[in-house]
Amino acid sequence: MLGYYIDLAVGSLKRTPVLTALMVLAIGLGIGASMTMITVLHVMTQDPLPGRSAHLYRPYLDPLPAVFRTVPIAADPRDNLTWPDAMALLKEHRGARQAAMAGGSLLVWPQRTDLQPFYVDGRYATSDFFALFGVPFVAGNGWSAEDDEARTHVVVLNETLARKLFGNVGAIGRTVRLGDIDYRVIGVTTNWEPKPLFYADAPANHFGDADQFFLPLSTAVAAKLQVNGNVSGWGSDGAPNDLTDGSASWIQFWVQLDTPAKVNAYRQFLVDYSAEQKALGRFQRPATNARLYSLMGWLRHANLVPNDVRMQFWLALGFLGVSMLNIVALLLAKFLRRSPEISVRRAMGARKRDIFVQFGIESALVGVAGGVLGLGIAQIGLWSIRQRPDDYARLAAMDPSMLIGTVALAIVASVLAGLLPAWRACRVPPALQLKTL
Amino acid sequence: MEIRPIFATLRKHKLTATLLTLQVAFTCAIVCNVAFMIAHRVQRVSMPTGIAENELSVVPVSGIGKDDNPWARHESDLAALRQISGVESVAAVSYSLPLNRNVSMYGVCPSKAALDRAMQAMSMEKGGCVQPSVFDGSPALLKTLGLDLVAGRDFHVDEYVEGQKNVAVAIISRALARRLYPGESPLGKTMYVGNHIVRVIGVVRMLLSPTLLGQGTDYYTMIWPQLPDAAGVSYVMRSATQDRRRVLDAARKVLLKADPSRIINPKRMRTYSQIRATFFQRDTTMISLLLASALGLLFVTALGITGLANFWVQQRTRTIGIRRAIGATRADILRYFQTENFLIVTFGVVLGVLLAIGLNLLLMKHYELPRLPLWYLPVGAAALWLLGQLAVLAPAMRASQVQPVVATRSV
Repeated sequence: MLGYYIDLAVGSLKRTPVLTALMVLAIGLGIGASMTMITVLHVMTQDPLPGRSAHLYRPYLDPLPAVFRTVPIAADPRDNLTWPDAMALLKEHRGARQAAMAGGSLLVWPQRTDLQPFYVDGRYATSDFFALFGVPFVAGNGWSAEDDEARTHVVVLNETLARKLFGNVGAIGRTVRLGDIDYRVIGVTTNWEPKPLFYADAPANHFGDADQFFLPLSTAVAAKLQVNGNVSGWGSDGAPNDLTDGSASWIQFWVQLDTPAKVNAYRQFLVDYSAEQKALGRFQRPATNARLYSLMGWLRHANLVPNDVRMQFWLALGFLGVSMLNIVALLLAKFLRRSPEISVRRAMGARKRDIFVQFGIESALVGVAGGVLGLGIAQIGLWSIRQRPDDYARLAAMDPSMLIGTVALAIVASVLAGLLPAWRACRVPPALQLKTL
Repeated sequence: MEIRPIFATLRKHKLTATLLTLQVAFTCAIVCNVAFMIAHRVQRVSMPTGIAENELSVVPVSGIGKDDNPWARHESDLAALRQISGVESVAAVSYSLPLNRNVSMYGVCPSKAALDRAMQAMSMEKGGCVQPSVFDGSPALLKTLGLDLVAGRDFHVDEYVEGQKNVAVAIISRALARRLYPGESPLGKTMYVGNHIVRVIGVVRMLLSPTLLGQGTDYYTMIWPQLPDAAGVSYVMRSATQDRRRVLDAARKVLLKADPSRIINPKRMRTYSQIRATFFQRDTTMISLLLASALGLLFVTALGITGLANFWVQQRTRTIGIRRAIGATRADILRYFQTENFLIVTFGVVLGVLLAIGLNLLLMKHYELPRLPLWYLPVGAAALWLLGQLAVLAPAMRASQVQPVVATRSV
């Protein structure tokens, strides 16, 4: 019976080839545009460290003076920590692991004569960084807390940079010159690049290149290396001269908390710490401004998805909505025009359910064809997004789950579009229409 | 023309007519807002910068290692660049240029009183002060950029300072002059930059900020006679439009010859057209996407109207035949379908106008979009009426061709 219905549906669609093609095109465009944008949003809001992210938290303190003058282009200084606060949180050691960090760009002086000096992006961090985020090593290790203390000149490279500088020979134990200082290579990590780069500062390229080197934060501060990102000062003289000053925020801080009890305890600890600082006169604002963000909560707070992308997403959904309305109206009119035929079939014994299935199949065919077309259009859409120069562009591709999602959306859309017309068709009374024949 | 029979028919096709009305409504709401967004973006990407964009190209250079006297090095670079054939003029800037996103802003007050008010209120805006973007640059800057000096004079050689030191004089944009000293001549006036005093000696007609904040302050700019003295510097060269690419390549060779160890990224050597295109790349992408979706929506809606009218004409062939047989003219039939369409689209447009306003309020709340000017609504409505009439024309013509004799036939 099903085969027969499919035959009937194909025949009916073939009778109006232009209209059928246009219906398929409309729904295909709607689904294609929607899936393109859903995929882009999906890759931009995905979990950067699956399995580990649930236990990572970001403390947030409010060290600003009671009255603070905002500048239109500046980011919120509270999104970073000051050096004294970060060091205090590190010292308290309330989480299983914690690390303070900041981004930096340094000029690399290769020993190979065939390479010109070049700039690379990396991270200044404290020793727990690697264990906290689970950064995998190819060779060697990170540094120890003692190295942090002693401001040792050691560096960890990622595989790309190590290979570029030293070829296939082991990099461990070699010396690399970054800026004006020689560092000893003690570890090589894989090309570890969480997407988005959740721990980076607000102006950073969250979907761009990964960190290529890591060196102790204390070493960087002692050597007065340049810090990337927002360094916001609110001291009396405006710009901060000394990064270790308590009125300049520039440090990112992450802590690992394994149980809900520890999370609550840490939250309380932040409030208590703020109260203590307020009592000391360093903080001026309410201690309850202190917060603790989960990793995904922090990404929402950081709002990494540009407004344009969100707008494109809603536009695509709006297009799909109008296309669906269009298909429903057209199928309805088409089915009702065949009322006499339905009457005859009903009079000859077809049940309502049979009619419903017959017309349901016809709309499903339109939907499936639209879905297949939509899948193709979505690939073209994603390709065109990959051509954009934005940092998120190269991530725009479908993973298997999005592929299944597209097919599911197409089926849901077509079933929804077909439901009303098929239901209306199966309610055509058998006798009334026969009289007019 | 009798409207009642049309209503009677539509009531029989209540569901289908409602769906089409809804489709028209949503299309109207979205297209009105999309058209407004397009206009908004087009206005943004066509903002003039006030400089001779078509004749400019820029090479950013970063020196490596410590240099004792960077300005002396920049000066010799400038001399070398000037020798390139086709280069009419060349200047060095630290980093800021219109639309290159490297901005530095300073709070500036027109008077001491205003400064005190601003300090009191802890807000630049409240005291009558502003935060213009500041440009620096070597002596030939005005000539190189092609800035139009409308009052006052260019800097004297002895007014230049090296690096980020305090300056005594400044040239400001006309927009800033009008904001700081409304109705007065700005020449000779003193501006307060913090506690430091700067005298206005010239006014340029227009100079756009390196970045756009969209708060009406984008043309508030000024030039300080500061010579760039950092390791990194950008050289701006003016040449004939068609020579720009060649000049850029020649400049790279000249600069590397003077010092092979410095870093010149070929990707960052750009003509001003490229700088502008890069700055507005997201906007141009958005414009084409908005345009495509608006056209797509209108197309789908037109398709819906034509398709539906087609079905109705086929369904009513016999009725049309009867009407023709009892005296209706072809024009009557044509007008019948046109009126029917007009009614449906009217319902849709009325609903659509309300939806458009609602959608605009939503966009204003979440995307900082300005209010939709009301005249977009009648224009959008008229466009949909026209679209509806065009879409229904073919089926209605077909209906009017139905012969009266059909009435006598059995279907």
